Amino acid sequence: MEAQLQSAQGESPGVSVRTYGHRRTYLIGLAYALVLTIGSFWAASTDLVFPPGVPVLLGVLAIAQMGVHLVFFLHISSAPDQTNNVLALAFGVFVVALIVFGSMIIMANLNHNMMMPAE
Amino acid sequence: MLGRLTWAAIPFDVPIVMTTAATIGVVLGAVLLLVTVKGWWPYLWREWITSVDHKRIGVMYMILGLLMLVRGFADALMMRTQLALAANGTMGYLPPEHYDQIFSAHGTIMIFFVAMPFVIGLMNFALPLQLGVRDVAFPVLNSVSFWLTAAGVLLVNLSLVVGEFSRAGWLAYPPLSELAYSPGVGVDYYLWALQISGMGTLLSGINLTTTILKLRAPGMGYGRMPVFCWTALASNLLIVAAFPILTATFAMLLLDRYCGFHFFTNELGGNPMMYVNLIWIWGHPEVYILILPAFGVFSEVIATFSGKPLFGYRSMVMATMAICVLSFLVWLHHFFTMGAGADVNGFFGIATMIIAVPTGVKIFNWLFTLYGGKIRFTVPIYWALGFMATFVIGGMTGVLMAIPPADFVLHNSLFLIAHFHNVIIGGVVFGVMAGYSYWFPKAFGFKLNETLGKAVFWCWCIGFYLAFVPLYALGLMGATRRMQHYTDPQWQPLMQVALVGALLIFCGIILTAVQLAVSIRARHRNRDLTGDPWNGRTLEWSISSPPPVWNFALLPQVARTDAFWAAKQNPQEMTRLMGQRNYESLHIPRNNPTGFFVAFFAFILGFALIWRIWWLAVVGLIGLLAVGLMQAWRTDGEMQFTADEVAAADRTYPLEARAA
Amino acid sequence: MSAAEQLLVASATGVPLSQRGPAPRRVVAGFGFWLFLLSDIVIFAALFAAYAVLSAETAGGPSGAELFDHKHVFIETLCLLASSVTCGFGSLAVQRAEAASVYFWMALTFLLGGTFLALEMGEFRDLLVQGAGPSRSAFLSAFFTLVGTHGLHVTIGLCWLVVMLMQMATLGFRPMVARRFFCFGLFWHALDIVWVGVFTIVYLGAR
Repeated sequence: MEAQLQSAQGESPGVSVRTYGHRRTYLIGLAYALVLTIGSFWAASTDLVFPPGVPVLLGVLAIAQMGVHLVFFLHISSAPDQTNNVLALAFGVFVVALIVFGSMIIMANLNHNMMMPAE
Repeated sequence: MLGRLTWAAIPFDVPIVMTTAATIGVVLGAVLLLVTVKGWWPYLWREWITSVDHKRIGVMYMILGLLMLVRGFADALMMRTQLALAANGTMGYLPPEHYDQIFSAHGTIMIFFVAMPFVIGLMNFALPLQLGVRDVAFPVLNSVSFWLTAAGVLLVNLSLVVGEFSRAGWLAYPPLSELAYSPGVGVDYYLWALQISGMGTLLSGINLTTTILKLRAPGMGYGRMPVFCWTALASNLLIVAAFPILTATFAMLLLDRYCGFHFFTNELGGNPMMYVNLIWIWGHPEVYILILPAFGVFSEVIATFSGKPLFGYRSMVMATMAICVLSFLVWLHHFFTMGAGADVNGFFGIATMIIAVPTGVKIFNWLFTLYGGKIRFTVPIYWALGFMATFVIGGMTGVLMAIPPADFVLHNSLFLIAHFHNVIIGGVVFGVMAGYSYWFPKAFGFKLNETLGKAVFWCWCIGFYLAFVPLYALGLMGATRRMQHYTDPQWQPLMQVALVGALLIFCGIILTAVQLAVSIRARHRNRDLTGDPWNGRTLEWSISSPPPVWNFALLPQVARTDAFWAAKQNPQEMTRLMGQRNYESLHIPRNNPTGFFVAFFAFILGFALIWRIWWLAVVGLIGLLAVGLMQAWRTDGEMQFTADEVAAADRTYPLEARAA
Repeated sequence: MSAAEQLLVASATGVPLSQRGPAPRRVVAGFGFWLFLLSDIVIFAALFAAYAVLSAETAGGPSGAELFDHKHVFIETLCLLASSVTCGFGSLAVQRAEAASVYFWMALTFLLGGTFLALEMGEFRDLLVQGAGPSRSAFLSAFFTLVGTHGLHVTIGLCWLVVMLMQMATLGFRPMVARRFFCFGLFWHALDIVWVGVFTIVYLGAR
């Protein structure tokens, strides 16, 4: 249904009718998220996974679940009207990664060189 | 009942502070009295204080910046005088505990309450006009942002008279800024003033980014935006990405101070180095937030006054976005000496050198724009030429310090001080002054006095070199920053030259005020009747000076960069640009007191938290909630201008006459 | 032709999105709020970074492995995830202007979010009682701040939800109210994304 788009600034007010998503989308997202959540909790307490690999597995599952949320709940897609959102998200992810991993690397270096040995 | 607040908070025994406070009180009182007697309050309230018009808000930001420039510069003069005197064991006239507050206040005020308001003010004023739209994305939020900044200003200035300011420098490193070593209210004033104004800045970043990405005239794709809009986009993206880090880091320090947490304390596992790391992840993007809009101003000014299109539009855009991304990859160069080791230092040293490359691209593009142009030597071009020489020198000293072994010698010396003043004054201040002179006629409808404008430029330019070249030498000789006195008598002559330079800059500031007064007196002679005093290239020059509240009666139909310039060369193009004269009714946001009252209660909250007056803090929070709810239920936020009203106003401004 | 007509012509004739002039209000508000959410996530990033750096600094006190109860966190996670779905259903009801449906799904969202908060506050109280409060060590300071900030956002979200329901009751489904519901939905889903990071890094990561 092609309805009149809501007015832009300065114009007289219009009516907005534009739907995003269906119940199905949310339920599929819920299913994926549940699987990934249960998977994460299982991975943290199981003996079946090589122990140094557990953090990597947890990271992958977490990122996957964040992706599920973004696609199924927040409706991020490759549609042209989502391009700005995707670019902003990419910039945000870049900055977050930099803050978290940059800080960890730098502080590990500083701690190693500068901090007193623990008592 | 009143927390830590007692009469002892007012420093009756410090003559400098008491005299300053008395002077400010008298001047402020006189101004308020004048406004009351003349009956200007309704006008001020309706047209300025509650305005949500980006043009008015932009002007208010500039006024705020100018006022705080005076305060910050007073601090600078005091420091220069102290150092010119305090050689050889004499202690000068400023005891250390005051000197420490002064350099802390100087840096805090200049960055947060002078440079940021100036840059945000220019972007606020010019962006919607250059983009060919009616206002920013969120006009009420714009007003909130401005008034939150003003609340921060009020808190910082209040600290002069009630209590004290921080002594921990403009970044308040722990453990000095922790409660154990700064038990007074100084650091709390600093933290709450910056949290409040930082919130305003963040909201502004969101507002302007949304404006640039979602609100442009029809036909203005990304490749047809003026370069100033691209640099503003990069700057505002950096604000959105970086300012939250400042908020979070200050919040952690506040939790340490107020609730006994141990993020950055010396004991129980805290790590003060983590604060330095986090604060500079914000701090480096911050300086690019300041310089990018200045670069944008220069792009506009140089193209306009060379009479040529800007050379290398695409490389300018790519350089700008490269700087935006790279600015997040260099922050460790602010603490090379903190001990991260050669590998980490090496990475950041190389990254710092790389980030100089896109800036170099811009410099060459400006040079190639000037080359072969018919240059008109107006005041804005003076600032642009001064910038190109001065900023390049400052940038080179930065690249010098990007080499970690060199930085180990020069870190926190006066060489560093000279470097960053070199790029901030030569870059940001010169850019703001160029933008101020360039857009002043658009804002107020008359030009500024050119002769006085050139005098202001020369005072700043010569004054800057006199004030800071000696500091480069002193830094290489071993002088450190933030020092209240020194023993080597050979340093004193250089310090005295620096004082002369500072006094010359002070003359420049006074002349700016004189220029304003003279220009206002002569305004009828210097009226801008065409809206296009400079024979400009971009859309803001296609409407009257000052523009009507709706900016454009009809949104222009843009087909290329420098759309207005192309239209002026070609009458058919002008008709196409200005579209059919089918006026429609316009809905413009009404003025709105939300911004003012949000800031009022934010100030109450901040003051209460500083002095630990908990019941007053609750009052502030409730007030904020109430104002928010009132705004949420406001349904009459817009007023309507009928098509006839718009047409009548538009027809008094004959565009076609000029195009002929 | 009018601006609205021009817009329809532009979309029909293949004019790129970037050249169609000022975007509609819903798009502008949504994008602005999206940017705000990204800035909020940067705040969380700084808190995550502090947690990552300080998580080993227990100063002789208790560590995460000793303190955290995975079953408790699993139930909290399910509550928040379910509330995201009910919030989504509520958003669909807002778009269809079905008031009763909105009340139902948003009330469920509120209940699930409230349960999450109650569970979390219970956990905090237990920690405080056993002397593992935020002033005990840098690790605990970072834990309480990171998880507490998330909880504070959930609290603010619940208050906002109540206000939105009151707005719907008093102002109906006008565009302004619909825009705000849309922003609330973005906020609520984003909080669940942050929680994925929290339970993975803080709770499951503490070994």
